[in-house]
Amino acid sequence: MKYFGLLWAGLFRRRTRTVLTLASIAIAFLLFALLRSIIDGFVGGVQLVGADRLIVSPRYSIVDPLPLSYQQRIQAVPGVVGVTIANWFGGTYQDPRNFFPKHPVDPRAYFNMYSELIIAPEQLAAFESTRSGTVVPRQLAERFGWNMGDRIPIEADIWPKTGGDRLWEFDVVGIYDGPPDEAPPDTMLINFAYFDEAREFAKGTVGWFIVRVADPDTAGDVARDIDALFANSTNETRTSTEAEFQAAFLKQIGDIGLIMSGILGAVFFTILLLTGNTMAQAFRERIPEVAVLKTLGFSNVAVLSLMLGEAILLSLFAALIGMGIAVLMAPGIATVISNILPNFTIASETLLAGFGLAVFLGIITGIFPAVQGMRLTIVEALRRN
Amino acid sequence: MSDSLVRVDKVSKAYTRGKEKIDVLRELSMDVPQGDFLALMGPSGSGKTTLLNLIGGLDHPTTGSITIGGERIDTLSERDLARWRAGHVGFVFQFYNLLPVLSAQRNVELPLLLTKLSSRARAEHAATALEVVGLRDRARHKPNELSGGQQQRVAIARALVSDPMLLVCDEPTGDLDRATADEILHLLQMLNREHGKTIIMVTHDPKAADFAQHVVHLDKGVLVESLT
Repeated sequence: MKYFGLLWAGLFRRRTRTVLTLASIAIAFLLFALLRSIIDGFVGGVQLVGADRLIVSPRYSIVDPLPLSYQQRIQAVPGVVGVTIANWFGGTYQDPRNFFPKHPVDPRAYFNMYSELIIAPEQLAAFESTRSGTVVPRQLAERFGWNMGDRIPIEADIWPKTGGDRLWEFDVVGIYDGPPDEAPPDTMLINFAYFDEAREFAKGTVGWFIVRVADPDTAGDVARDIDALFANSTNETRTSTEAEFQAAFLKQIGDIGLIMSGILGAVFFTILLLTGNTMAQAFRERIPEVAVLKTLGFSNVAVLSLMLGEAILLSLFAALIGMGIAVLMAPGIATVISNILPNFTIASETLLAGFGLAVFLGIITGIFPAVQGMRLTIVEALRRN
Repeated sequence: MSDSLVRVDKVSKAYTRGKEKIDVLRELSMDVPQGDFLALMGPSGSGKTTLLNLIGGLDHPTTGSITIGGERIDTLSERDLARWRAGHVGFVFQFYNLLPVLSAQRNVELPLLLTKLSSRARAEHAATALEVVGLRDRARHKPNELSGGQQQRVAIARALVSDPMLLVCDEPTGDLDRATADEILHLLQMLNREHGKTIIMVTHDPKAADFAQHVVHLDKGVLVESLT
């Protein structure tokens, strides 16, 4: 700590240049925190991946549902210990921007399958027994101010009721939570029995099946067996692990992670060149000072550490500013994009990764001038002065 | 010469420039007693600064030995030499060589960062050193807020702060007007007489040399004259 004052003072030798460099790096870290969080938001929205769960979906198109009767046949496949159903509901709550997934499910079977979800037993019982019942994730309830007993109107887009009525109303009978160490769930769950009975068409079909296997190591074999069961039928299936299913889902939304990682890579490469050049320029200006420090008794290693420390301090300070601004902006951004990315938040892991990246950036940009400083001979440096 | 603080014995120093070998010092020997104030004079290129750098442990001789306070410094590694410099010698340069981003106080504290002194103790030592050179009231000023003479006083305070036995000064008045130069020389003389510091000073200026107890002249890398 006793060298901090020396490092800090050294940063502001050329105040304008340092402020501009800081601003450049800070903007890079602002982008890092925001883009990284957007990626996490997309991934977090489709979490709850279980190694022992498979998804059985239509082979060719998600708009071509599977017969509900497949459930019994899948259940009979060796290695399968549980099967439940889910469907895409779509629909709009009040405003098209209020997007969140809504899935008709078999209440008890669904919560048995996703045992990591937390719901009070009496609320699950109410969900089972209330045909128009819905259970909502806590995050969604807080977002829209829903309470137990509220009636939630949903305007259908895909699924009108028999007779063409597009207004569905669901009664909140439960509020559930996800595992504490994972992104919160965002799906409104509704009673499949009521949905299937009331919808105008496609009765007796489901969007996909969720299958639990006895042994995750045999999941590949079970998946092949299930698909073989329905091969050459009018409704062929594609069975994949949850992770594969979600990866495919992410690809459908345009490989956003890859695009954003590319943007970040370009930004940081530019910053690397810019900061590296600045540090090299600063070193040339400071050759006499390095000579003085060595004259006073600072060893070569001490000079190396000081110069490297200054580069890391610059980078860390800029990261603190950039990510600090991102944290301040996050609530506003979350509100604006809540319809497309309800899970947007800047996680502590993102901030830690950012600081790690800052240290790496500092080392990369500082190592060359620091080694030059270490190798500088006093007599030569004083002569240049 | 058992009371010699500095003993230079048959020291040669050669540099190579391209394929050319340049002999700067040639088997030079000299002794500087403890408590002496010695002026090194001579024309440009005579080897004054090179000799000063060798005595100050900034460079290694090509041949010969240098003993300071009974310790051979020509055989020390770079690391040990750096440690030795920190504890035993103070430097004063022609152009002050203060760090422009630090206040006078922080500049003076610099050598103490290498010690185990606490922050408060460092500040107290630096304040005392600034007091000795008459600049305590300028402690918070940055070098660009000080005159040339004041900057050189800060540099002297920095050289003194770790209480070294030896001060080496390379043209300490070369960048100052006459009156200011005399102030600096009086200060060095006071440090020599009242605080017992051994001082070796390179200078071109005969008036500066008058402040020294002894004057030695170099020419082409050898001692040509010694005056008391």
